[in-house]
Amino acid sequence: MKKPEEPLIKNGKRLDGRKPDEIREIEMKVGVISSADGSAYVRFGKTIVVASVHGPRILHPRHLQDLEKAIVNCRYLMVPFSVEERTKPGPDRRSIEISKVMRLALEPVIFVENFPRSVIDIYVDVLQADGSTRVTSINAASLALADAGIPMRDLVVGLSGGKIDGTLVLDLNGKEDNYSEADVPIAFMPNKEKITLLQMDGELTKKEVKEIIKMVMKAGKIVYEKQKEALLKKYEEVI
Amino acid sequence: MFANYIIELIKEEKRVDNRSLDEIREIKVETGIIERAEGSARVKFGDTEVIVGVKLDVGEPFPDTPDQGILITSAELSPVASPDFEPGISENAIELARVVDRCIRGGRAIDLDKLCIEEGEKVWMVFVDIQVVNHRGNLMDASALGAIAALMNTRLPKYEERVIRGEYKGKLPILHKPLLVTIGKIGDKLFVDPYIDEEKVAEAMISIGVREDDMVCAIQKQGSAPLTLNEIDRALDIAIRKSKELRKHLK
Repeated sequence: MKKPEEPLIKNGKRLDGRKPDEIREIEMKVGVISSADGSAYVRFGKTIVVASVHGPRILHPRHLQDLEKAIVNCRYLMVPFSVEERTKPGPDRRSIEISKVMRLALEPVIFVENFPRSVIDIYVDVLQADGSTRVTSINAASLALADAGIPMRDLVVGLSGGKIDGTLVLDLNGKEDNYSEADVPIAFMPNKEKITLLQMDGELTKKEVKEIIKMVMKAGKIVYEKQKEALLKKYEEVI
Repeated sequence: MFANYIIELIKEEKRVDNRSLDEIREIKVETGIIERAEGSARVKFGDTEVIVGVKLDVGEPFPDTPDQGILITSAELSPVASPDFEPGISENAIELARVVDRCIRGGRAIDLDKLCIEEGEKVWMVFVDIQVVNHRGNLMDASALGAIAALMNTRLPKYEERVIRGEYKGKLPILHKPLLVTIGKIGDKLFVDPYIDEEKVAEAMISIGVREDDMVCAIQKQGSAPLTLNEIDRALDIAIRKSKELRKHLK
């Protein structure tokens, strides 16, 4: 494990001034990309992502079609300038795994059975990465799906929890993520209280795992309210 | 339909291969099976068979950890092992390797601090390669058990300006023995060690890494059905209990 040069929590405050259970400033907008059927811009502190949804549209080639339901396709990518050391363009092993877990996190809320033979493409680009990029991406994708008018059972809220300097915290930034004792990205359906993404990396007791899930589901309500606000705002302007 | 048959069985707490929901298939672990590798293991969970080889080399450390060895985990789902596998690197192979890697790394299986030769210049690189030989379900648990067995079997080669293959100066320093336990969900039933046909119909699965001191060191939810906090709680209990049973196969 990497050790930080300075403590990550001093006098109960994190390096960016937050309390352990405080999430960063959130900005959410929908309908930001006119060429997409649905789109969203989401910022958590310095982590910035944009998402586009195309479809449902007929899937080609035809042998890939599912006669019962739509196929959900998801691609997460970090752009080369999103991190301090430039990354190679295109997907790496990490982004391929994240694309898979994101697809599984979003699929359960979509009424895929309404769109046989179709595909729903979800593309998310991380423009700037400062920790918690996959959960920020899930928030953007969830909003873009809703913006595309795709029938959904619920929105999906993404929020990360973790442990730094022996304290359980929410919404880890890049530095905290780097030196964390554990990192737990979570996505859930806020109205049904069901978890659609759960990953963990680090060292935690069983009790701590449960505590983090509870903290995320509680603070996730704030994220959910922001999502609803962003969606309503678009239509306010129309009216 | 066969899928419905498996689902009906699970709902009656029965399984297609006559196990109970809580029963892991017969496990076999052999180590030191590949002479060319510095460490190796063959693990079987019933018919599922995985070979893990560990190769060591010397290279430059990562800039942010100049005094630590490097761990690199890869997995190959060869078409030899299943008609469902295609040549090339798949999403599932990447996920398998990355989850096993998180379990080993998060659980601090290897004492990476002891693998520094010259700070900022030369460190040992540990390559853990997972080769699936026969896929009959639950590759996660078989691969993690294989990885730990192979790492415990790994000898550190002599190093005199270059790696001297075939001559050894000791064992790879092992700190902990984290293992993965995968739990499947169908309806309100949870079951361990999913068989291939059960994996195909499971609504969701969750793989949990647990260390010998009961610390949780990795989690990966799989499959498209959501889980409740209560189900995750039950799965954590099962994983902690079953990891002890799996660990008995390590010598």
